[in-house]
Amino acid sequence: MAISTNIWIWIAALLTLAIYSFLYKDNPFYKFAEYLLVGISIGYGVSIYWHNTIITKVYNPLVHEKDFLVIIPLILGLLMFSRFFKSYSHLSRMPIAFIVGAGTGLSIPSSFEFLFKQVQGTMPASLDVGNLIIIVGVITTLVYFFFSMEHKGFVGKVSRIGITFIMIAFGAAFGYTIMARISLLIGRIQFLLSDWLGIIK
Amino acid sequence: MKFVNFINKLDKRWIYLLIALVVIIPFVFPVGCPMKITPPVQSIYNYIEDSIPENGVLLLGVDYDPSTMAELHPMAKALTYHAFYNNVRVLFVTMFPQGSGMGQDIINRTLEHWNSINPDMPKELGKDITLLAYVPGFSAVILKMGENIPATFNEDAYGNKLDNLSVMEGIKTYDDIDYMVEFSGSSVVLSWLIYANGRYNLKMGIGTTAVSAAEYYNYLQSGQANGLLGGLKGAAEYEKLLTDKHDFSGRNDASVGMDAQSAAHILFILLIILGNITFFIKKHQEGK
Repeated sequence: MAISTNIWIWIAALLTLAIYSFLYKDNPFYKFAEYLLVGISIGYGVSIYWHNTIITKVYNPLVHEKDFLVIIPLILGLLMFSRFFKSYSHLSRMPIAFIVGAGTGLSIPSSFEFLFKQVQGTMPASLDVGNLIIIVGVITTLVYFFFSMEHKGFVGKVSRIGITFIMIAFGAAFGYTIMARISLLIGRIQFLLSDWLGIIK
Repeated sequence: MKFVNFINKLDKRWIYLLIALVVIIPFVFPVGCPMKITPPVQSIYNYIEDSIPENGVLLLGVDYDPSTMAELHPMAKALTYHAFYNNVRVLFVTMFPQGSGMGQDIINRTLEHWNSINPDMPKELGKDITLLAYVPGFSAVILKMGENIPATFNEDAYGNKLDNLSVMEGIKTYDDIDYMVEFSGSSVVLSWLIYANGRYNLKMGIGTTAVSAAEYYNYLQSGQANGLLGGLKGAAEYEKLLTDKHDFSGRNDASVGMDAQSAAHILFILLIILGNITFFIKKHQEGK
């Protein structure tokens, strides 16, 4: 057993314990760790944006490479700040319109293609048991979400099969969620026992 | 009835303590629960093993932050080692600002460990592996990578010009990437599938958190992804495949947690059964 002598490991370990102390009850150590996380995350994000966007994508091309085309997106970006001034706030609509227009134009063709591949996935070449379950599952679930007809008689029976499939999907998702949450705890316990306390290798 | 009342009024902090013990004890006294390799994990392993040529390029997307690190970090590490064993170049890319830290951590740890156990075939930052600089706007970035990867990023996360790095030799677009595995617990996976796979036919695998795994099975069935690593279990399976073939002396982060995972799952099953039994007994008693 070799307890870590690295100060950063100690800080990380104490912050982990401070966060887990909330499970007992709310306390100042938890609050401190929570605020620290929020502050550091924002600070880290700002520094990354500054170096990787402002410096690399704006300052360097403009000042060192004399690429004046950068001025156009720069102006569009700066116009977003007009929202802070009531009389000029309408100018921010221009970059927003550009983002919405370009984003939609870029995504629609690819998204349709993506969706068609998913639809194609429900049309198997061979009809074995697994594929039959997929076909029945897709159709009955879609019927369950078809609200233009009252769920009575035949439609009601089909939609009841659909909800069974939905419940099975929820069950699978819930099982996976438990697995995920336990994995996060395992990750921290592993860090505490191994990196901090040196109990396990 | 006494027992039913006791269960219904039990302070949940006792359950937290029980879960903590159930997770900690298997670490100290490991049992070594058997593990079966699932086809989606085998598929990713086989593709890297058989279909990427020597000096080929593996693109790894590290689109996660410390909140999902426990599940996704071991996967990314295992795949990096696999690429090292096969002399495949590794490019990390991130669409998350925090992903830069994750990518750099994997590079530091894997390089340090690899070079300590394989001094005769060392790996080098910039020559065998690197992390591309973070650029905001993930959809636009993924699309632009299809046209020109060096022009999209200009430099790596360490401030080196991509044109000067030997790891980038011959890499211009997705056509020069042999395979990509995207690690994320968010919807960024879909953007990669829509744009990189859908538009540019980039062969892809997915590494995701257990929470998202059920959602992404659809893309396996439709053939949009050829494999899936789901949660810590997926990472552990990959580590097993790797250690079965190679003499790996490092710590298998995911595999060592599998006993704790199994123990916690058994506890949860018992708690769910117990909770349901007491619920129905109480309901029955109240109905009388």
